[in-house]
Amino acid sequence: MNAIESWFGMGGYAGFVWPAYGVAAIVLGGLALYSWLRHRRSNAALARLQGRLGTRE
Amino acid sequence: MLTRLANPARFMRVSGVVLPWLGGASAGVLGLGLVWSLLLAPPDYQQGESVRIMFVHVPAAMMAEGVYYLIAIASFVALVWRHPLADIAGQAAALIGAGFTLVCLATGSLWGRPMWGAWWVWDARLTSVLVLFFLYLGYIALVNAFDDASRGARAGALLALVGVVDLPIIKFSVNWWNTLHQPASILRVGGPSIDVSMLLPLFVMTAGFGLLFLWALLLRMRTQLNERKARALSLYGPAAVRDEESTALPAIGAR
Repeated sequence: MNAIESWFGMGGYAGFVWPAYGVAAIVLGGLALYSWLRHRRSNAALARLQGRLGTRE
Repeated sequence: MLTRLANPARFMRVSGVVLPWLGGASAGVLGLGLVWSLLLAPPDYQQGESVRIMFVHVPAAMMAEGVYYLIAIASFVALVWRHPLADIAGQAAALIGAGFTLVCLATGSLWGRPMWGAWWVWDARLTSVLVLFFLYLGYIALVNAFDDASRGARAGALLALVGVVDLPIIKFSVNWWNTLHQPASILRVGGPSIDVSMLLPLFVMTAGFGLLFLWALLLRMRTQLNERKARALSLYGPAAVRDEESTALPAIGAR
């Protein structure tokens, strides 16, 4: 228990180390998620259009 | 290899196969890098545990610069050879590059507060990286500022090429000026001055960021090709994309 607590404490720098990793996770994870959702949406839109026009690859 | 991939239809096929592998690899390497950075790496004898911020800060900084070089090269190819995939690559990379620069600035600030006693100083290194962040934002804004997407792409490519002068300034700022930011400790004459126990997690995190970037780059390029193809289809009908193997798709709709 104490080892975990001291790990979270980061030798007194918890207030700087964890936010640094948090910012990286939010910014990079957010961009990855945004890019992935947008890719899925573009795939679906193109498939719908091709189905309507009867152009299949 | 590059010229063979440089056909939109072939690019779609190859990237579709590579994408899941890149995604899995980046998740795995980043997972390993996080465990190494937060658990296994030792605290620094001067900085203590705050040194762990460096395992995010330094890879983010390297990516921020590397992605900009890539955009500059893509812009050059787009301007000189008018290759449609070059514009798409540059535009797909820009937002991710801006993200890495933001992470670099934010983590640097979070390290600077306990170590230097200041969130921010107008030192040459910090200022030139802030300029890099604005170059990314300016490029994105310029590319999307025109009704005619090909004009936007050209304007963005020109800005990206002019902005390249900032990169050597970032690199050598710590030598040219008396900065608060420390000088180079990895890519320096005489080899790295960091202990292996910290160099290794740094490399693993950099590799993880690099794989994540490649994954996002391919994904975002595919999105753009999908969107351009859909626009061409809805505007001109099936004839617009029938012979796409031999001709490039028109640049409609930026981003």
